[in-house]
Amino acid sequence: MSQPSDGRGGPLRRLADFLDDRTGWRGLVHEALYERVPGGARWRYVWGSTLVFAFMTQVITGLFLWASYSASAQTAWESVWYIQHEMSGGWLLRGIHHFMAQAMVVLLALHLLQVVIDGAYKAPREVNFWLGLVLMMLVLGMALTGYLLPWDQKGYWATRVATNLAGIVPVIGPSLQKLVVGGPDYGHQTLTRFFALHAGFLPATLVLFLVVHLALFRKHGLHARQPITRPDGMFWPDQLLKDVVAMLAVMAVVLGVILVPAARTMLAGGEVDWGHAGAELGAPADPSQPYAAARPEWYFLFLFQFLKVFEGWGATGEFLGAILVPGLIMGVMFLMPILGNWKLGHRFNVAFTLGIMAGVAVLTGLALDEDYYSLWADKAKVAEAAKLFDETGGDEAKLLAAVGGDQAKAAAIAGQFHTVEKIRRSEAFLAAVKTARADAARAAELAGRPERIPPGGALELVRRDPLSQGPRLFAQHCASCHAHVDPAAPEAATILAKSSAANLHAFGTAAWMKGLLDPDQVAGPAYFGNTAHKDGDMVSFVQNDLQDADSWKPADIEAVIAAMAAEAGHGDPQAPAATVARGRELVASDERCGSCHRFRDNGTDLGTACDLTGWGGREWLVGIIADPTHERFYGDTNDRMPSFGKAAEGSVPRLTNEQIGLIADWLRGEW
Amino acid sequence: MLREPALLASEARDGEAQPAWSERRPGGPKRTSGDGAWAAPSPQLTFYFLPNSRPVTIPESAASSVTESIAMRIEPSDSRRGFLAKVAAVACGGIATLAPVAAGVWAFLDPLRRKGAAAAFLPVTDLAAIPDDGVPRQFAVIADRVDAWTGFPREPIGAVYLRRDKGSREVEALTATCPHAGCFIELEGTRCFRCPCHNSTFTLDGGIVQPSPSPRPMDALECRVGENGEVAVKWENFRTGIAAKEASI
Ligand code: FES
Repeated sequence: MSQPSDGRGGPLRRLADFLDDRTGWRGLVHEALYERVPGGARWRYVWGSTLVFAFMTQVITGLFLWASYSASAQTAWESVWYIQHEMSGGWLLRGIHHFMAQAMVVLLALHLLQVVIDGAYKAPREVNFWLGLVLMMLVLGMALTGYLLPWDQKGYWATRVATNLAGIVPVIGPSLQKLVVGGPDYGHQTLTRFFALHAGFLPATLVLFLVVHLALFRKHGLHARQPITRPDGMFWPDQLLKDVVAMLAVMAVVLGVILVPAARTMLAGGEVDWGHAGAELGAPADPSQPYAAARPEWYFLFLFQFLKVFEGWGATGEFLGAILVPGLIMGVMFLMPILGNWKLGHRFNVAFTLGIMAGVAVLTGLALDEDYYSLWADKAKVAEAAKLFDETGGDEAKLLAAVGGDQAKAAAIAGQFHTVEKIRRSEAFLAAVKTARADAARAAELAGRPERIPPGGALELVRRDPLSQGPRLFAQHCASCHAHVDPAAPEAATILAKSSAANLHAFGTAAWMKGLLDPDQVAGPAYFGNTAHKDGDMVSFVQNDLQDADSWKPADIEAVIAAMAAEAGHGDPQAPAATVARGRELVASDERCGSCHRFRDNGTDLGTACDLTGWGGREWLVGIIADPTHERFYGDTNDRMPSFGKAAEGSVPRLTNEQIGLIADWLRGEW
Repeated sequence: MLREPALLASEARDGEAQPAWSERRPGGPKRTSGDGAWAAPSPQLTFYFLPNSRPVTIPESAASSVTESIAMRIEPSDSRRGFLAKVAAVACGGIATLAPVAAGVWAFLDPLRRKGAAAAFLPVTDLAAIPDDGVPRQFAVIADRVDAWTGFPREPIGAVYLRRDKGSREVEALTATCPHAGCFIELEGTRCFRCPCHNSTFTLDGGIVQPSPSPRPMDALECRVGENGEVAVKWENFRTGIAAKEASI
């Protein structure tokens, strides 16, 4: 626009002149770049630009993610898994999108802080401040909706909480919740709606507000930090350079978060699994599975903690904590420009904003402290209290008795119970996080098998996985009696002492059988010690008959062990076939085991002792779990074991056949 | 060319106060809006009044009415430093933007490294199901199929026409995919094949009936008949629209 368009110059120049003549682009660019910066360029002005940059990054990475994402309950987790683990560079793409979202929240806070401290919200810029607040809420809305989209446990449970909170809004709450969730239940419609919000409605609205925000910003000009002591600068290149350096720094931090762990692994000589680099992907969402590691994303942690303040207040508390107080805070922020006209108003605004940020920081700190307390708690100091807590269950009378009536000591110990409980809760949380990580890794591993994910989705895959479901089902249904602990483990003695049925760790192996046939162990807690069979025929057989070296030579016992392990499918492939055959003969013989036990076709009647045919195998295990009172197993001598697969007419058994199979497979180590 | 206003200030006419960010536009042909007539050449000055930065263009003759008070201080620009700053700004901006774009493009190009399933013999039916009357019959081809993250066990993945002559144990297999543009070719009674999309017609043994939009006859597939009469077809996809029968990748 400043040069004559006299038709001279290179072809590029002529094209530029031509376009300028028709569009006036030079003027536009000029206008965009030559903004005056009163008092010169400053670092404190960069936050707005970095936010625009962060948003652009989200748009770019978001569009590319969109190209591979599929929003439905059976494909959301699956497609995200595919992006993360299968697509080249998918982990990087997702990582940038994930962490830039978090960076954006931080940048928002910084931008807001700078605007308030510098008084940039005052007349004539009130409207722009309000627009900024709307933009902030839109960004937070995008963060919230985006968290659900991978449809993993983490996002699923966090979103359930968030949408349930929406449900407590007076009058319209339940309808509002239903609208957001897309029905009475979470599923396809929740995902399609959240996706439309996340990638459509919210960003489109955001762009609209952003355009006006920027236009108003240019209209009013930059609000300079007072007093102006330096000469004025220009947006281009002085301020822009600072802006761009800040953007680069933001991107470097985001890339650092993604790449540093991988780089560390590399430096340590390890092999990097890129599928696990960058953003986490939890196990697929499962409404039937408890998820104790559920937490909102860290920048909403303060709200989560704030709600705890109102614990015990019921729905009123939630309304206060999740809606009323945050609403009032937003209300005050909207009033800031008006308050700012008042003499002390600006000071109040600054103090208020700093106060809120400090509050957020403190609440976040408290939340983290509660969750991770056991990592930095001085456990040695409360060791005695912890022991007494376990023994007394926190009961004061019992405690007093335990410390021998010493009132002062009891009081001191009781004073530490709070800390002990806090450690316990934190340990439980950390354990839940660990389980969640293991489940996530397992789900990813299962999905990566060549047969891929079944059309019903990854949840099907996880639900029929003995490795992840076995321990859960065992804990739920079997562990109240049976232990499952390696006898060599340090904590084995304590666990076994508490159990009231056999230790099923390595059941069916030669090692397990060896213990059973050991006179010192058979009546111990790992076998029949804590059961009604403690004084039964088997115990007496092992402790008496088997000790008669004339009839039972050590080699015979070895042979029986080898044969039984082979029966369970855990046989030592190196064991000589003759030994196994000899063992089978002994087991079947009606002068040995066969006098009580049926084994294959030895003709012994069922009912006296359990059938050893196929002992410890899958079919045998499924049978005994389903119905131990069957004559193949304990018949009417069954101790306390429930028949998990049997149910009275018209009701449902405690476990489905599939679940029993999962327990059996897990016990057998088959997955 | 865009020029820094600070430099433009030096173009100010002697003895006239001019705001620092004004620029001088010598008169020249300039298309005005609307009727397309060329405006008369007249020297103009463009002012960038700040903080409201919308440029205001006035005839040079009116410039004297712009008072000195608009002239504001501005950092003296060292052109070399300014140049370095610009280069640095463009470079940093480029690098910062490159990361998300590169990650996106990298992932977007992922399909290029994926290949279709290799051609393999798949059991389709047995001999008894194909009457030896020379008329083709349609059969589904069943195989395990992987679609990105989903594995479909034993699913129909396509169709073939099988045909055998009187008393023969030999089976001819034709894929149902049209060589023209990939539509599903249908059997028209017992007379011929016809593609519903652009009416390519083929004889019962797959031969082309001219004139035809299809560049080649129907694609025959390798076919094996086992000892016990089990019929297996080598399932393959071919590129469409070209005269040569080439496996598609
Ligand atoms: S696709 Fe068959 S004729 Fe065109």
